[in-house]
Amino acid sequence: MNKSLSHRVFTLPYRVRQALHGYLFVLPWIIGFLLFTMLPLVQTFRYSLNKVLVSATGVEQTFIAWENYTHALFTDPTFIELLIEYTVETLVSVPIILIFSMIIALFLNLKLPLKGIFRTIFFLPVVITSGPVIRELVSQGATRVPQIASSPTVVTFVQQLPRALRSPVEYLLTSFILILWFSGVQILIYLASLQKIDRSIYEAAAIDGASAWESFWKITLPSLSTTNIVVAIYTVITLSHFSENKIVRYIYAQTYDIKGGIGYASAMSFLYFAALVLILLIIYLLLAWRAKKA
Amino acid sequence: MSLHSLKNTHLFLAVLRRWQALTGALHSRRDQIRGLLLGTRDRYGLIFSVLVYALLIAIGFVYLYPLLFMLITSLKSPADLLNPMVQWVPSELYFGNYVKAFRVLDYSSTLLASITVSVLPSILQTIICSVIAYGLARYQFPGKNLLFLLILATFIIPPQNTVIPQLLTYRNLGLLGSIWSMLLPALFGQGFRSAIFILIFYQTFLSLPKVLEEAARLDGASELRVFLQVAIPSAMPAYIVSIIFSIVWYWNETYLTTIFLEGGIQTLPMQLSKFVQAYEKLYPPGTVNIFDRLNEAVKLAGTFLNILPLLLMYFVLQKWFVESVERTGITGE
Repeated sequence: MNKSLSHRVFTLPYRVRQALHGYLFVLPWIIGFLLFTMLPLVQTFRYSLNKVLVSATGVEQTFIAWENYTHALFTDPTFIELLIEYTVETLVSVPIILIFSMIIALFLNLKLPLKGIFRTIFFLPVVITSGPVIRELVSQGATRVPQIASSPTVVTFVQQLPRALRSPVEYLLTSFILILWFSGVQILIYLASLQKIDRSIYEAAAIDGASAWESFWKITLPSLSTTNIVVAIYTVITLSHFSENKIVRYIYAQTYDIKGGIGYASAMSFLYFAALVLILLIIYLLLAWRAKKA
Repeated sequence: MSLHSLKNTHLFLAVLRRWQALTGALHSRRDQIRGLLLGTRDRYGLIFSVLVYALLIAIGFVYLYPLLFMLITSLKSPADLLNPMVQWVPSELYFGNYVKAFRVLDYSSTLLASITVSVLPSILQTIICSVIAYGLARYQFPGKNLLFLLILATFIIPPQNTVIPQLLTYRNLGLLGSIWSMLLPALFGQGFRSAIFILIFYQTFLSLPKVLEEAARLDGASELRVFLQVAIPSAMPAYIVSIIFSIVWYWNETYLTTIFLEGGIQTLPMQLSKFVQAYEKLYPPGTVNIFDRLNEAVKLAGTFLNILPLLLMYFVLQKWFVESVERTGITGE
């Protein structure tokens, strides 16, 4: 009895031990987060408030407060134009990718022979899309929908459109394949969610006289509401981090530019980050609101 | 009279039955055709199937179009390129573009570099992410929700926001251009898209039954041994999927590799993005004849050589790619 008592004194309670083991497992991530994400993030923010000169001896900083930010927003015409273009393109691409990948996933979820081949094709771009490859394909005109974007009818139609609508439509026409190419992972995520929906719900609905059409709107779509959010976030991030993204390339070019420099590039990175978060927030709120309504 | 009427009724009934049989046959025939075209309860109709296949084939073609375009153009000889009659079928299979692209890309050495730069960080990243995810999935501790939030944040924060201080640090440490600048973040769960892999493993470990691990614990195994000998073997599919995806994403990543490795290791995509300069170095524009000038066929041959290793990997490991999401259960619950 004595022994068991001393034993109890020296062992920590179960919950504390649990917590300690947990922290031990996640410790590498916490260290990594502080060293490779938090610290550089804070440092980049400090750069953004300074004029930064890198020389062989070290980094020279002169504090200029928010000048880099005001310069990016009010003086530099390229940045703000690219930022607007990025926002428009993302807001156009995301719904297209969402709807397209959902439709493809619905098709691939049918019991059709040969669907494996199509699944292989639709996932192929994920494996091969890298910045330089896309750049080559775009510059050779391989990503345009053949014959459509250059046909005279379409060109005149686009010219008739009001200015605000023209650029999204033009973007759609010239990079349609590219937009579709960003749907691979999304199709798989939708497919996996579709397969998780309980078959018996559909059977019950069919017995009650629901058509396939009604089942889709009343059963399938509501069950995909969380998946929509996941897919949308994934899509926005993939598009925004893509190295061929014009704004990413502009910031990168400015980093090594004498006029711009690290300070200015850092300020633009933060503005870009803010725009990205805003887009994510808008899309999230829209989808979450729809999910709640459903 | 009664007999007569009885006979009449009898006749009438016989006719009726005949009629019913006839129309019934017609009806069932019509139903059959209808079922064939529009579908029945347990099979799809012909119209529906044809529509779905037509759509799938059309979209599939649009998907493959850039690849076909690239493959065919890269096989065109300079004469074919100039000939407007030659669109889709080259007059001969010309491999000269590949020979040039092979030399320009310095293929054997950049290929090896690309394999190293993608495989090593991938293995490290996968292992570390699984360790972190195991901690999140199996232990209760305060601050876990905050941790999840921060993991999501690492996925969202654009690389531009963290890359410059990292670059300067690596420069001070003399790690610039070496593989360590890719390995170090991966070692601490901050590799390329580590957040996704942590979430994949988190879902996987959550879906595994706890019973086996509890049993091992009762037998006196330490937490580490439970993880190594019970959890890892049962999560094997997630490991394979994670390594494969990690390799593909690292291979295709050019933003970070250009910044951290430039001047040191030269990967295939990096070399592709400098294709024009590299070509002109090997074949100076003034000195070569018109057929050896840089043209789109050579460029596309280079692009194809760039994706060829991944294509091969994809077709060999196809099942793991396309069934991965179902296997690992990342659908976001």
